[in-house]
Amino acid sequence: MISIWFFIGISLAVNGALILAAGIYQVLDPPANPGVVLFQLHANVWWGALLLAIGLIYCFTFAPRRRF
Amino acid sequence: MTELLLASEIPTRLVHLSAIDIVIVVFYFGLVLCIGWYLRGKAKTAEDFFMAGREMTAWVAGLSFLSANLGALELMGWAGSAYQYGILATHWYWIGAIPAMLFLALVMMPFYYISKTHSVPGYLKLRFGEPSRVLSAISFAFMTVLMSGVNMFAMAKVMQIVLGWDINFSIWVSSLTVAIYVTLGGLRSAIFNEVLQFFLIWAGALLIPILGLYEAGGWSNLKLQIAQRTSERYVHMWSGLGSFTTNPMGIHWTGIVFGLAAVLSMGYWTTDFLVVQRILAAKDIRSAEMAPIIGAGFKMLVPVIVILPGLLGLALLPEKLVPESVAAVTGAHSYNEVLPLMLARYCGPGLLGLGVTALIAGFMSGMAGNVSAFTTVWTYDIYRPLINSRGSDHHYVSMGRWTTIIGVLVSVGTAYLVMQFASIMDYVQALFSFFIAPLFGTVLLGMLWKRATGPAGFWGLLCGTISSVSMWAWVKVDPSALRYVALSPHAKALAQDMYQGLWSFVVCVIVTVAVSLATKPMPESALTGLVYGLTEVPSVGDVPLYEKPLFWAAVVIIVFVVLNIIFW
Repeated sequence: MISIWFFIGISLAVNGALILAAGIYQVLDPPANPGVVLFQLHANVWWGALLLAIGLIYCFTFAPRRRF
Repeated sequence: MTELLLASEIPTRLVHLSAIDIVIVVFYFGLVLCIGWYLRGKAKTAEDFFMAGREMTAWVAGLSFLSANLGALELMGWAGSAYQYGILATHWYWIGAIPAMLFLALVMMPFYYISKTHSVPGYLKLRFGEPSRVLSAISFAFMTVLMSGVNMFAMAKVMQIVLGWDINFSIWVSSLTVAIYVTLGGLRSAIFNEVLQFFLIWAGALLIPILGLYEAGGWSNLKLQIAQRTSERYVHMWSGLGSFTTNPMGIHWTGIVFGLAAVLSMGYWTTDFLVVQRILAAKDIRSAEMAPIIGAGFKMLVPVIVILPGLLGLALLPEKLVPESVAAVTGAHSYNEVLPLMLARYCGPGLLGLGVTALIAGFMSGMAGNVSAFTTVWTYDIYRPLINSRGSDHHYVSMGRWTTIIGVLVSVGTAYLVMQFASIMDYVQALFSFFIAPLFGTVLLGMLWKRATGPAGFWGLLCGTISSVSMWAWVKVDPSALRYVALSPHAKALAQDMYQGLWSFVVCVIVTVAVSLATKPMPESALTGLVYGLTEVPSVGDVPLYEKPLFWAAVVIIVFVVLNIIFW
């Protein structure tokens, strides 16, 4: 059976990739009115990257082919 | 938080989702349906469908156990309570949870586990007989499905306020998704999605306290800002509890210790089948004991994503939040909107979608928990003993699947009923709390006192429940009665709940003891495996110290004490 941790890895990796992409787009083309406090920290870039990294580790560690 | 959401008839929209946010939300729905579809073939027997095959590891069972309680309304409601009452709200996560979870792990779980019961009412049948089981099963099933509907409506209302979504859309999309994945995969599907939800909640909510503390300039500066805007009392957990009038909640330490910690939290965490069912699915006794301890460890961290955002809102939000009743009239933001407000404050495209997904995931997992618990209790404790005791295993699995669908539909019906008759919400929420404290008294005496008899279990449970209902009705009819029920006219609603639970527990225990002494003792042979002193509690095996539940329970309790001292 596919491990639950693999599904979690997929979820974190996909969400992380989407958030990272949105963050990079905002870095390259900053909005005139960011609408959020602490925009200059670009939280979606590093938070997205962190989620993507954790998700990939989970996906790799718990991939079905590695368990059976 | 839910009772007054109805009062808000002014549709507002706190946040606007971008295309990337919508993609993240849609991806979540797709993933949970995929998990349900994948697990459809793993739920062929009743043991698979209702108990997830009893093969969950300690980590999966523990995170699911915690997640079933970590619903979206819980997150938003307690963040609002932290804004309203300050750090006092943390008591509901620490002393109001940790001792109870450890008590479940070390004292009660061995009895649940070795009796091989399918449910808490099932344990009452083994210990006290059929009348106790039927009373507890019918009340639990009825209230669970109604609570699910109330939460469904409340969440749809939240989605309307936060995102501007249509209520009917929110109700039907979320409930049909839950119905599909639980019907397909049973408890295993519910548990898998709860673990997924746990990760999404942390991924979506942890950024708020990180960025909030950065903006506030650290914890010490945050405390100073809160003290300047409100009072010192908002940042101390125990030092203001010496009197009803020296803390924002209007509660005395006796209410927290004896009402919340000793009765209500014990009742909830050890006898509410919604959470206990997750532990019963553990693969062995060590996993069953470790699961609540793992849950307790993470429970201590939950205030970081729930209480801290409320405190940050208190210090950093430019506007002052108000009670729901005032918000409905003035259009100002209410206490309960503090979490979405903080989300909108820090989270741009993508992060906002993840935060909203965390709220939706919280709601859906809570609903799946209610529905899977309802299905098990209905099938094992009502349908099988009272209606059809000779069905095949396949028949009961089919009954479980149909009950899941019917349970969801009844929940949807309840949601629409609440939409028409707002007061139902207050009553249903109050009713649910009536059963918890007396049920804990009955189960506790059943496990620890071999002299407790079958009739005593039934009458103790019934009288405790009736006393709780009576106290609630008394205060409803005559609000001045609060001075007797909660020992103070200054007590707030939460304080009333604490004392109401305490007195109903006391009534349950007194009646159970009195009836036991007046009735014939049960033979000891009938109590083996069910009662302390007559049961050989199985060992967790010859494992190293760091794998023993007792060791980790000690670690958790030490951290718990240290945290309470730090935030005294």
